[in-house]
Amino acid sequence: MLDVNKRKTMLRQMILVRAFEEKLEELYQRKAMFGSTHSYRGQEAIAVGVCSALQKTDLIASYHRGTGHLIAKGADLYTLLCECMGREEGYSKGRGGKMHMGDMGFGFIGNTGTVGGTVPTATGAALSARVRGSKEVVASFFGDGAANQGVVHEAMNMAGLWKLPVIYVCENNQYAMTVSMEKSTAVKEYSVRGAAYGFEGKTIDGNDVEAVYDATEQAAARGRTGGGPTFLECMTYRWDGHFGGEPGTAYRTKEEIESWKQKCPIKRLKEKLIQEGNLSEAEFQKMSDQVYAELDAVAKRAEAAPLPAKKVELDAIYATSEVGRG
Amino acid sequence: MRMQEALRDALHTEMARDDRVFVMGEDVGLFGGAYGVTKGFIQDFGEKRVLDTPISESAIVGLAVGAAINGMRPVVEIQFSDLLPLAMDQLASHAARYNYMTGGRVNVPMVVRNKFATRSGGGPSHSSCNHGAFIHFPGLKIAMPTTPADAKGLLLSAIRDPNPVLFFESHHLYGVKGPVPEGDYTVPIGKAVVRREGKDLTIVTCGGMVLKADGAADALKAKGIDVEIVDLRSLAPLDKETILKSVAKTKRALVLDEGPVTGGISAELAALIQENLFSDLKGPVVRVAAAPIPPPHSPPLVDAMIPDVDQVVDAVMRLAEGGKIA
Ligand SMILES: Cc1ncc(C[n+]2csc(CCOP(=O)(O)OP(=O)(O)O)c2C)c(N)n1
Repeated sequence: MLDVNKRKTMLRQMILVRAFEEKLEELYQRKAMFGSTHSYRGQEAIAVGVCSALQKTDLIASYHRGTGHLIAKGADLYTLLCECMGREEGYSKGRGGKMHMGDMGFGFIGNTGTVGGTVPTATGAALSARVRGSKEVVASFFGDGAANQGVVHEAMNMAGLWKLPVIYVCENNQYAMTVSMEKSTAVKEYSVRGAAYGFEGKTIDGNDVEAVYDATEQAAARGRTGGGPTFLECMTYRWDGHFGGEPGTAYRTKEEIESWKQKCPIKRLKEKLIQEGNLSEAEFQKMSDQVYAELDAVAKRAEAAPLPAKKVELDAIYATSEVGRG
Repeated sequence: MRMQEALRDALHTEMARDDRVFVMGEDVGLFGGAYGVTKGFIQDFGEKRVLDTPISESAIVGLAVGAAINGMRPVVEIQFSDLLPLAMDQLASHAARYNYMTGGRVNVPMVVRNKFATRSGGGPSHSSCNHGAFIHFPGLKIAMPTTPADAKGLLLSAIRDPNPVLFFESHHLYGVKGPVPEGDYTVPIGKAVVRREGKDLTIVTCGGMVLKADGAADALKAKGIDVEIVDLRSLAPLDKETILKSVAKTKRALVLDEGPVTGGISAELAALIQENLFSDLKGPVVRVAAAPIPPPHSPPLVDAMIPDVDQVVDAVMRLAEGGKIA
């Protein structure tokens, strides 16, 4: 079992990921943020479990519900929040917004609003790792809906063929916007698709951060030693609507939502640590208060940060130097 | 009636009249479409004719091509224009070409609806105006309504057309209200309309930009310049007759487009006008279109990219100085 400190760090990270989503929602409600939110509440164990098991030099690729992945991989909260709010000091200088960022400085290949779009990109980064003979592993996060995009299948076939060090982290929150898995997908478990492309696939409890950590650690070890990709289907649930302002109740029952809230990943680890005698209620409360206070302060700064100037930057469409991992 | 309702009216009318018509797309069933156009359709027409699909744009369009060839009249909804490139091969190399390449033995009567418009908060994957790219593929028809009446009339014509029709619906126009004729009302594809008569200069434009052209025309009226506005309604086939007739009368033309200026509809129009009317023109054909950059997220960057009323007025005034209008 993981040591207590590591698990407490993961607990704090999950709280932070959630608090960030709540902050975004608040900013969205106040119209202080541009574009939509895509709440990650309920799914925190996946971002945190996967990223905690990766090395600093490993990479991730993310998608529209992506702020949690970035935070767990080590994004700077102020720069991230600035981007969500279209500020000049954001990761993409306000050009990309919440769904369009990337920074090789912390191993973040990028995210986009095109569902499934970064799965081949992540696979290509793994190809690079193999060709260069590096020990990097790439985690490719995507939703259950994305799993039905053609390009995802094409990429997985190549990854299986060339035994690339990539972990396909399918976050199965059971709905793609309003369409349930039963209505969109011919198989009951996405993990069978690993077998279709010649590599291991398994379905795990995505609300159990320790299980996610363990599975990722194994998958990463396999990738690092030439064993090829792994398909990790993490079962979970999104508590909120698909995007800000969408209540999420037209296609899901209140009972179903409630039952998944009972399986809260934060509550789960917290209660386990308390039961073991490794955490007290007061300690948890303090941890949580600190996280929320930290975010409030960051948000204040971001809100005061300037927007970009109203001008067309034609120069910005071409790179003039190499900034990736040369 | 709002444009959204006009589209719904057209589609509903045609599904009731012709049982070969069916709709297919992400979230079009239970949820009624991302923009509510197919709300209630599943109750009225059943699941066989209202298909929620997986997130698989290329296959959605590809299956529609096959269903169209084999006796149906599919109306596909692609949630926004940025996703059309995912289905590019099926649109550009299959749907567009069947009729010609089979010597007229196989044709593809289908409609692909999508939402477009660059707006703050949409960002690089959610707010492209890429309509200009599709005029490059002979065999595709392209419609873009500005008024609710045209939305209904064009959609009915599109469904009845024996060819693939790409149907662009502006995000900014969904909510705009206008009178809509009841019952079987069609607007021919390939016919532009003079929205406003004037004698000094013609603005040729389409979609949401028609409203900006109108705003500019009001401002120019105060300066003594009388503007005529041609609303294309169809980008392919292009109604050369109406465009050239108008410019032959006014002898000056400004082309206004929401898409990036390079190589799109604005370039096509400018070439068309000068090729046919070079010696009649009293000044160069002026293009006002979006800056050639990806659609950004932050409001000031979007404002800088997309043409506004002032920009149109300024461009006309520059033309006026050279050519002394009025
Ligand atoms: C290629 C593409 N198709 C459709 C959409 C519209 N859309 C945005 S998110 C989404 C659902 C995605 O579901 P999933 O991959 O399961 O991720 P989740 O939102 O559940 O986290 C859809 C259909 C899109 N952004 N990109």
